[in-house]
Amino acid sequence: MTIDPQQKTSKFRWGEMDEDDDLDFLLPPKQVIGPDGNGLKTVIEYKFNDEGSKVKITTKSRVRKLASARLNKRAMERRSWPKFGDAANEDAAGSRLTMVSTEEILLERPRAPGTKADESKAAGDSLSQLGKGGGVLMVCRTCHKKGDHWTSKCPYKDLAAPADVFVDKPPTGETSTASAAPGTGKAAYVPPSMRAGADRSAGGSDMRRRNDENSVRVTNLSEDTREPDLMELFHPFGAVTRVYVAIDQKTGMSRGFGFVNFVSREDAQRAINKLNGYGYDNLILRVEWATPRPT
Amino acid sequence: MRPILMKGHERPLTFLRYNRDGDMLFSCAKDHTPTLWYADNGQRHGTYRGHNGAVWCCDVSRDSSRLITGSADQTAKLWDVKTGKQLFSFKFSSPARSVDFSVGDKLAVITTDPFMERTSAIHVKRIADDPQDQVSDSVLVLENPEGRKRINRAVWGPLNQTIVSGGEDAILRIWDAETGKLLKETDKEVGHKQTITSLCKSADDSHFLTGSLDKTAKLWDMRTLTLIKTYTSGVPVNAVSMSPLLDHVVIGGGQDASAVTTTDHRAGNFEAKFYDKILQEEIGGVKGHFGPINALAFNPDGRSFSSGGEDGYVRLHHFDSDYFNIKI
Repeated sequence: MTIDPQQKTSKFRWGEMDEDDDLDFLLPPKQVIGPDGNGLKTVIEYKFNDEGSKVKITTKSRVRKLASARLNKRAMERRSWPKFGDAANEDAAGSRLTMVSTEEILLERPRAPGTKADESKAAGDSLSQLGKGGGVLMVCRTCHKKGDHWTSKCPYKDLAAPADVFVDKPPTGETSTASAAPGTGKAAYVPPSMRAGADRSAGGSDMRRRNDENSVRVTNLSEDTREPDLMELFHPFGAVTRVYVAIDQKTGMSRGFGFVNFVSREDAQRAINKLNGYGYDNLILRVEWATPRPT
Repeated sequence: MRPILMKGHERPLTFLRYNRDGDMLFSCAKDHTPTLWYADNGQRHGTYRGHNGAVWCCDVSRDSSRLITGSADQTAKLWDVKTGKQLFSFKFSSPARSVDFSVGDKLAVITTDPFMERTSAIHVKRIADDPQDQVSDSVLVLENPEGRKRINRAVWGPLNQTIVSGGEDAILRIWDAETGKLLKETDKEVGHKQTITSLCKSADDSHFLTGSLDKTAKLWDMRTLTLIKTYTSGVPVNAVSMSPLLDHVVIGGGQDASAVTTTDHRAGNFEAKFYDKILQEEIGGVKGHFGPINALAFNPDGRSFSSGGEDGYVRLHHFDSDYFNIKI
């Protein structure tokens, strides 16, 4: 009984070991972390280098999961068939034929689940009422289609806009300054987006416009949160036009904030009321208007 | 989901077909080589060289040993799936538009286009077990079933008793597969208003779905040819498919290929639209193609689907888990 521990320690007495003996058992065990939500897998290994000092090696690799398929026996057999035709003598060129989309494609739902097409969800919802009433008020200023889409959503907005038809265009905040310029300087070049009658809500300033239209900023997101998650979180409140999560280009990790744009301001306000301070993925979300409200 | 993009064809896709086990995907395009892909990772496995024209349609036997293709080079060819060797070539005097193996793979129905003085025709060929014994004689020929109008698709009805055809004259017809007698046809009132472009049978052959250029897809009873459902899309429908797992139908299309270059790509609506089969309501759309969708196919396990477009790409989509509990 007393000899047993003695024997054990003697086994591990490194001083008595030969030079070329494997000392690996002295090292901490190999650690494999992940793959995490981003598919980032970290392997931490330890080994002795030539000088005999301990070195920690951290290997980070990205694991891409392909859809797993259960194959039956015949299908397994077919896997081992030799390639034929043009595929037989291809190597690198062949693998270039197939690639995984870099873009995340969603099954885009035409409306929020739980709502019906022909049923206005709330009495005060202007959008659904417009859509319901034959879209009389919803007239696209670019292509004059009634009730089909809003001007900002017009599929033809990038095409040549017909001029001289927007006499009764509702004045926007910037009209006073912008429309004065083309009126005075006739000879000077005026970009098409600034010309009288041009659709300013959809033209060149489209990017900026889009970002501040009923935009809601979501901060304190967890790193695993992706755009589809935000979409899932926000679309019960109403039609969402855009979801964006800031992603660090280097690490591919989320930077912890994002933006959600709603079609209607009421929906956005409701989302803010409901989700500000909401616990999501162990973090408490902060949801607010992206730009200070002009009041 | 992140679709897998397969760029094996240089010209627009025309048809996609999974084998029964769902591990292989056959694609046909207007270039001359049908291609075999693995349906899980999208790797190209082989090509079937020999056609000299656009390949319009294909079908694979239940045991995945034979492939039949119909081509604009006025032939339909039988292939050995494993080696890519051509086993037999049926010669016609006009382009072969559609091919379909019967239950049991003993017969194949092949439709040919109207061409020169020839009218369209439906041919039924016997497929021999041993390719050595294969003969090109037709068991049954239905000459002039739709006159000068093209038949875009003809498939076997339940138990090989009937043949269902649809084409340019927008009328669906059910033929007796033995005698060639016309059993039923749709009338103009309930049927499609324009060319029927595609036809897809349900897994149990009880009903089928047709897509038409009149911007609708319709679901029909296979035996009685009664209209069950109509799905309206905003764009001409080029391809339809039905989920074997859920009550979903997917229809794809877009404006005419010739009009694509004249409009913005967002205006084309080149998305595969999912509809609830029963409620006829749109569930969602899957975007991605840069041109109209010409071909759609559901994996027999219902967990993935692929679409082929005028842009020459096959996009293979494996559904995310949330697809399977979508609620209307």
